Amino acid sequence: MLNTLLQLGYLLAACMFILGIRKLSKVRSARQGNQFAAAAMLLAVVITLVDLGNIDYRWILGGLAVGTAVGVFAAVRVQMTGMPELVAMFNGFGGAASALVALSIFFRTMGTQTGATVDVAAAMGGSHIAVAGVLSLVVGSITFTGSLIAFLKLNGSVRGNHFVFAGRNAVNGLLLLGTLAAGAAVVFVPLAPDVTIMVFSAALVVALIVGITGTSPIGGADMPVVISLLNSLSGVAASMAGFAVDNHLLIIAGSLVGASGLILTQIMCKAMNRTLGAVLFKSFGGSADSGRDGYENVKEASAEEVAMMMDDISTLVVVPGYGLAVAQAQHTTRELANLLEAKGISVRYAIHPVAGRMPGHMNVLLAEADVPYEQLVEMDNINGDFKTTDMVMVLGANDVVNPAALDEPDSPIYGMPILNVHEARQVVVVKRSLSPGFAGIANRLFDNDNTIMVFGDAKKVLQDLVSEVKNA
Amino acid sequence: MLSPLMIGLYVFVLAIFLGFELITKVPPTLHTPLMSGANAISGITLVGALSCATTGETTLANVLGALAVALATINVVGGFLVTNRMLQMFGKKR
Repeated sequence: MLNTLLQLGYLLAACMFILGIRKLSKVRSARQGNQFAAAAMLLAVVITLVDLGNIDYRWILGGLAVGTAVGVFAAVRVQMTGMPELVAMFNGFGGAASALVALSIFFRTMGTQTGATVDVAAAMGGSHIAVAGVLSLVVGSITFTGSLIAFLKLNGSVRGNHFVFAGRNAVNGLLLLGTLAAGAAVVFVPLAPDVTIMVFSAALVVALIVGITGTSPIGGADMPVVISLLNSLSGVAASMAGFAVDNHLLIIAGSLVGASGLILTQIMCKAMNRTLGAVLFKSFGGSADSGRDGYENVKEASAEEVAMMMDDISTLVVVPGYGLAVAQAQHTTRELANLLEAKGISVRYAIHPVAGRMPGHMNVLLAEADVPYEQLVEMDNINGDFKTTDMVMVLGANDVVNPAALDEPDSPIYGMPILNVHEARQVVVVKRSLSPGFAGIANRLFDNDNTIMVFGDAKKVLQDLVSEVKNA
Repeated sequence: MLSPLMIGLYVFVLAIFLGFELITKVPPTLHTPLMSGANAISGITLVGALSCATTGETTLANVLGALAVALATINVVGGFLVTNRMLQMFGKKR
């Protein structure tokens, strides 16, 4: 009776996760959706604790207390500019937890074995449980170290791309096969207990290495794809853990996350006109020779001159990029927009899907600065409007406004959808220097007659603009 | 009669299709909160972790279980909180 009730409780939690995710995909209901999902999680934890019954709760309570403290601390303290790093880190912890569940089950099973050889499959209650445990271990470990590398790259501790060499895909493929083979051996080949533990540990270590070598070569503007994919993997790992502990709620919640991560991965790839395979397995850009190295027609202006131009415009579109996040210039941007709007100028923001380092990065950043989300316009909806736009201000974006993507078939970014800012009457590019973006190529936009460059840190330039506009 | 494995596989595959259906048309504005919310949901592995840390003894299995509980809890609590913080900004009156 109690068991049926508990199972029904899990079912209720699963329904609440589904409703929560559905609500999360609409702006109006998103917050409620998140609360639904959080309530579902609480329900699931309470049911599990009841189900465990009369046990020693000290370790559980310790884990819950430490986890809650760290989680709350990190979530409350993080700046919006640090969001990609934080999501990557949380994601890694989720993966690690799934791997640890598999490890714990494995070592508990080994503790009960006294024979000369161990039949892991039988001892765990079936080969499918053991296989799921191995997959949870492998996928969880890859998610953990992969997210760790993503975290280090996003917060700037690791610069550039590593493990880039000709045969790296073959090496990574072999490593992945190796970890799966070791896992299969543990499950299906009866070995002496100490040998079993050694092979299992080898599977763990190699999986951890695959996470590192697989993500290290990828970076920069490809980060949104990697983060989405790791997000998906953390769900898959939870699903596999669900098979291992025979809990359908884990399977359902895990696969929902797996699917959502995959969709985001797809959207990100499409926005860069690259396949997932190309992102994961091919190095990209970095060869300045494919573009024109020198610029011939770069015109520079000061903040004062731009402020004067702003006297004569009635429409402004701001194009934010990763540089805006780095300079933490979102509040100053909003301040300038407020001043211009007070003069009757219409201000909107054009958001490229892969601007920034994670899906939706710019939206979060600008929302923090109180920019109404109605003013954030998606690429497809604003591209038709640039022809009638008086001024476009590009803040720390580069490749996503490079017209080479439209008409230079031999350019590495050819075919990537871009924001057609070059069609606007006047383009102002705020940038620290003429250095190329992630694609490593020159941006022809900078040479156009209707483009002027303002060199400097985005925040500093915007502050100057704000004071100029105020004084005008 | 389906084996537990087959039932599990049915649930797994159907839930993946459901996930695709649920999230196909999510607006880009919500990509970050969706991802971080989904991320918190993947912390459901906490439920599995709880049953791994059920004794008071310092056995390897138990310690690994407790560690799993701690990490999954960071994922869950931090994930939901930070998602809520983000969504709060989206809903702010202007």
